Amino acid sequence: MPATPDRNAIDVRSVSKIFGSGADRVAALDNVSVVIRENEFFTLLGPSGCGKTTLLRLIAGFDFPTEGQILLHGQDIAPLPPFKRPVNTVFQSYALFPHMTVAQNIGFGLEMLGKPMDEVTARVDQMLKLVKMEALRNRKTSQISGGQQQRVARARALAPQPKVLLLDEPLSALDYKLRKEMQIELKRLQHETGITFIFVTHDQEEALTMSDRIAVMSSGKILQVGSPWDIYDKPSERFVADFIGETNFLTAKVEPAEGGKANAILSSGKVISATVAESLVPSGEATIVVRPEHARVVKGEGHLPGVIDNIVYFGTDTNIHVRLDDGGAFIVRQQNTRSAGCGFELGEHVGILIADAAAQVLKD
Amino acid sequence: MTTAAEIAARAEREDIRKRWLLSTPALVIIFLAGIGPLLVVVLYSFLTPGPYGDVKWEFSTDAWIGVFLQRDMFDDTLGIADAHLSIFLRSVRLSFATTILTLIFGFPTAYFIATRPERTQALWLFVITIPFWTNLLIRTFAVQEVIRNEGILNNALIWLGITSTPIQILYTDWAIGIGMVYVYLPLMVLPLYASMEKLDFRLVEAGYDLYATRFQVLRRIIIPLVKPGIIAGSILVFIPSLGAYVTPRVLGGGRQMMLGNLIELQFGAGRNWPLGAALALTLTVIVTVALLFYVRYAAQSEQRHG
Ligand SMILES: Nc1ncnc2c1ncn2[C@@H]1O[C@H](COP(=O)(O)OP(=O)(O)OP(=O)(O)O)[C@@H](O)[C@H]1O
Ligand SMILES: [Mg+2]
Repeated sequence: MPATPDRNAIDVRSVSKIFGSGADRVAALDNVSVVIRENEFFTLLGPSGCGKTTLLRLIAGFDFPTEGQILLHGQDIAPLPPFKRPVNTVFQSYALFPHMTVAQNIGFGLEMLGKPMDEVTARVDQMLKLVKMEALRNRKTSQISGGQQQRVARARALAPQPKVLLLDEPLSALDYKLRKEMQIELKRLQHETGITFIFVTHDQEEALTMSDRIAVMSSGKILQVGSPWDIYDKPSERFVADFIGETNFLTAKVEPAEGGKANAILSSGKVISATVAESLVPSGEATIVVRPEHARVVKGEGHLPGVIDNIVYFGTDTNIHVRLDDGGAFIVRQQNTRSAGCGFELGEHVGILIADAAAQVLKD
Repeated sequence: MTTAAEIAARAEREDIRKRWLLSTPALVIIFLAGIGPLLVVVLYSFLTPGPYGDVKWEFSTDAWIGVFLQRDMFDDTLGIADAHLSIFLRSVRLSFATTILTLIFGFPTAYFIATRPERTQALWLFVITIPFWTNLLIRTFAVQEVIRNEGILNNALIWLGITSTPIQILYTDWAIGIGMVYVYLPLMVLPLYASMEKLDFRLVEAGYDLYATRFQVLRRIIIPLVKPGIIAGSILVFIPSLGAYVTPRVLGGGRQMMLGNLIELQFGAGRNWPLGAALALTLTVIVTVALLFYVRYAAQSEQRHG
């Protein structure tokens, strides 16, 4: 689906944000441009301190860009104070009002918009039901659990029906199981409401399972934007490949081949076919990546010979760590079958077979 | 044979004894500095005044009658003590006004300080406390210097052409009010700052995010959350205002008395210690009642806001 201008929810244009000056100068965002489409579940993914919160704060209006422009549905929002932007936030710390009840928290936005009291009540009821919190409507927010607080924060931000919902690591304070539940709830909520979600996380698994598209960030820059599949299978840079999932990096000599692909000559002299990031003409020494599940361990030579130096069992999968004859390391993930064992032993001489077109040539 | 229950009971008894022993110093201080003097004042208020001050050890309720009623000089009938009543009223009115005004000036000041970077906050607090280094009397005379007819304020007003003759501020209730606001402002700012400094400003952002204007954020989020500071500051200003006597003496010039001056008068030139003691106790009662109302009101509005 091509992104026509009027279907863009948020358009971030060459935005930079500088904090401090002189020795304390921090470029929290460095010339960032990204388009977020309407009704999209868009995720900002990156390590701590890469500028995710800063970008959300600029969109919400709590901070102003040092340079650049942000458009909401094609309109520059720079002149709008935060309380005039049709954008709501689920804060990293929830920021629920401690002196109000659950219901008062949820109704606050509508009340401030000057909606009549019966409409506020009706909508609060509806939101309480949506997040399954009817029973706790009159509790103080300090007297409910973390997961419940998260629900209230979400209901409070959704109640005024914003055009865009910003979620700053809304699940990071929850334990693993609750988190999985909430991921499904959030995804369902986004689907049902059709509101554009901009979701921040530093958890790559969360990003992959929930998002329509992901922007991977590092030190104030957006490195790659794409679908989870794009990001995982076709990382354009070493950082992206490394940050998302387990990866094997290999050095190879590459040369262009037909169909926009490349041929990579491995250290063993074997040649494999590899895909190439857009706008890259492969030549000479390059790094290529292979995901562990896109390779197999075989008896005999394969593409790369080596010795098994570790076997790690995971339940569904087994990781086989191979020390390559060229000195490098390689991990193969293999799905477990009902028969016992993975069929290999420690110290066994084996070969690694890389699936066709599974390798990707990186930009760096 | 000792059972576990007996051992536990003995341990508890010992624990209680130890706790009493440990709190003895505190109890001694509370009695010597708090309750003891109060009892002396209660005792004195039921005695007869001595000829040169001091008291005669004879029981009398004259002092208490004298607080509210006065004996007519000519026909010896009892009537309401108008003079005392108007002094009570003025004291309450001026103290109330002082509390409100220090709150109005103190709130933005405290907010300003609490929103500075941490290191500058210490500096601002330091500046706020500087007046405390100077004796109260001297500070009050400084205020007198500013507002007297030939003072800086009136000269400035005349020079600006706002008035042609000096405005009489000194020796009016206005003068007392100005003086008290100036003197007690830090007592309002400090507790307000203390609770604002604890305020989670992310809640303020959450308010803006949910379409609240600046005024609505102030009214619906900041004020309810810093209410403990508002209450503490109001109490800290209201109580000493009611009993103030240096400021009304210097700026009210003895013409506009407040309760503190009236009490001082009885122990000084009036030579009526029992009446002074009875008036002091009346002040204590007014303060207590005012506090009770205030705390009750604060608790109620807490509930209303949910
Ligand atoms: N108000 C500020 N003043 C100075 N520097 C700031 C400020 N806010 C953020 N920064 C800096 O900007 C950079 C980006 O911060 P930001 O909060 O956007 O990171 P983040 O990606 O949200 O990290 P996390 O995952 O830890 O929340 C950091 O280096 C941070 O120290
Ligand atoms: Mg953050």
